[in-house]
Amino acid sequence: MRREPPQRLADYGPLFFPAGMLIVFFVVPFATMIAVSVFQREQGGFYTPAFVFDNYARFLSLFFGKVLGFSLFLAIAVAAACVVIGIPFTYLLSRSPRRIQIVWLVALLSILSLSEVMIGFAWSTLFSRTAGITNLLVWLGLMAQAQALTPSFGAVMTAMTYQAFPYTVLVLYPALVRLDPTLTEAARTLGASPVKAFFTVVVPALRNTILATLIMVFIFALGSYLLPQLLGRPQHWTLSVLITDQAIYQSNMPFAAAMAVFLVLVSLGLVGLALYAGQQRQAK
Amino acid sequence: MTALRRLFFFIVGLFLALPLIVVAGVSINARQTLAFPPQGFSLSWYGQIFTNPEWRNALVASLTLAASSALLALLIALPLAWFLWRRIAPWANIFQLLGVAPFTLPPVITALGLLTFWATTGFYGQSWTAVISHGIFFVTLPLVTLSLAFSAIDRSLVEAAATMGADDRKIFRTVVLPLILPYLVSGYAFAFVLSLNEYIVAYMTVGFTMETLPIKIFNALRYGYTPTMAAVTVLFLVIAAVVFGLVARFGDLPKLLGAMSHER
Repeated sequence: MRREPPQRLADYGPLFFPAGMLIVFFVVPFATMIAVSVFQREQGGFYTPAFVFDNYARFLSLFFGKVLGFSLFLAIAVAAACVVIGIPFTYLLSRSPRRIQIVWLVALLSILSLSEVMIGFAWSTLFSRTAGITNLLVWLGLMAQAQALTPSFGAVMTAMTYQAFPYTVLVLYPALVRLDPTLTEAARTLGASPVKAFFTVVVPALRNTILATLIMVFIFALGSYLLPQLLGRPQHWTLSVLITDQAIYQSNMPFAAAMAVFLVLVSLGLVGLALYAGQQRQAK
Repeated sequence: MTALRRLFFFIVGLFLALPLIVVAGVSINARQTLAFPPQGFSLSWYGQIFTNPEWRNALVASLTLAASSALLALLIALPLAWFLWRRIAPWANIFQLLGVAPFTLPPVITALGLLTFWATTGFYGQSWTAVISHGIFFVTLPLVTLSLAFSAIDRSLVEAAATMGADDRKIFRTVVLPLILPYLVSGYAFAFVLSLNEYIVAYMTVGFTMETLPIKIFNALRYGYTPTMAAVTVLFLVIAAVVFGLVARFGDLPKLLGAMSHER
């Protein structure tokens, strides 16, 4: 049986339910959110239909600029850290025996699926005074007294890297598995050390993959909303935290929606860029 | 080189394991203290998950939500993936894109979209809205595994069945379904585990009327610490490891994650 274009209405049958669900519960909510972003806010958490750009005008404030700047900086830092550790790791993993690969993949998937609440809780425990890592340093004699390491920027950064690392490896994994092993073998035959072969052959061959991965991890990190809250100070809040805060606690839905629309545009632009980089890779 | 590789793997492994080891440690403290190494030994905090009504309700809510929303995600993904495989209809790819979108964008966007939607339609807070929300949010996972499954089907098999007079329905039941079953199961498994752990969408849609375990932990964190949350974290980690371990045992995990080669 060949693939053929649908001819009768009945041929479209299987599409009705999925298309209907996705339109009603994804496209319509999305449109609702865009609509709300130009609504007028009323006192007491309500809003009335209108067409105003007040909510977008608030982006021009210094406070918003700071939050946006910090969010972007944090996401870039996390993406860079993950990719720098992730590339050699995934490369070595893809060259490991299959059994070892599977064990690591199961572990990485388990951590990736772990709730952000639980990751935040785990790191706040590890960084706490009573049960934290500083106790180990005290025991080893490297520190005089145990202390709490949260809230701090370092804690937010570490936990977010932890959260995004499995994601990074899983994004890199397909490309690195497919990487032609004869490339490095040739380099080795010509006398390059493994490390040199990695940097002069593997990394350049993967340039576009690396760029695409950086962008994907950047967007992933941009979505982190609980870790900055649980492990950081208010100045470490990101755009995602601010959106949640405005929507739930300040009951300012129009402003939250406007920020979300903004975040969508940033993310979509970046996804487009990542896809473009990926296509360049295919073209080669 | 091998030593260097082992060391590197060990350091990464340690980084990934350390917070979980500490959580596992504090979960067996004898008294309600946040202490590591644990003081005394007690499994009572694990018992709490099942005996304390609040934690048990959250567990039941989480499991129900995960089981039903993963099923919904599958019901949306299966006919869509089948249609895209069976028919030539390039415009229908837009639905594939829509299915992948919620997972690619920051989750807070989908969460807020659904919050405004449920608030506008007046269903805000109903527990079934969380099932639909998660079903849509996680449709990506079965959609991706099933697209992979369909693309791997040898079309000559299907053609042979068609030549022998089997119609679409019969071909699906006798040829296609057995071939895609592992991917169907793993798609469900991925959606189930992720729904179990999901916080922001659940919180924004039903956070004030229903407590899933992640929501319960977050709420409990505000009032201070109880070892039960450590126990829940360990429990969830074990569930995820068992589920993905089973997927790896009965399916081809490297292939599912996008690696082509079988022989490695």
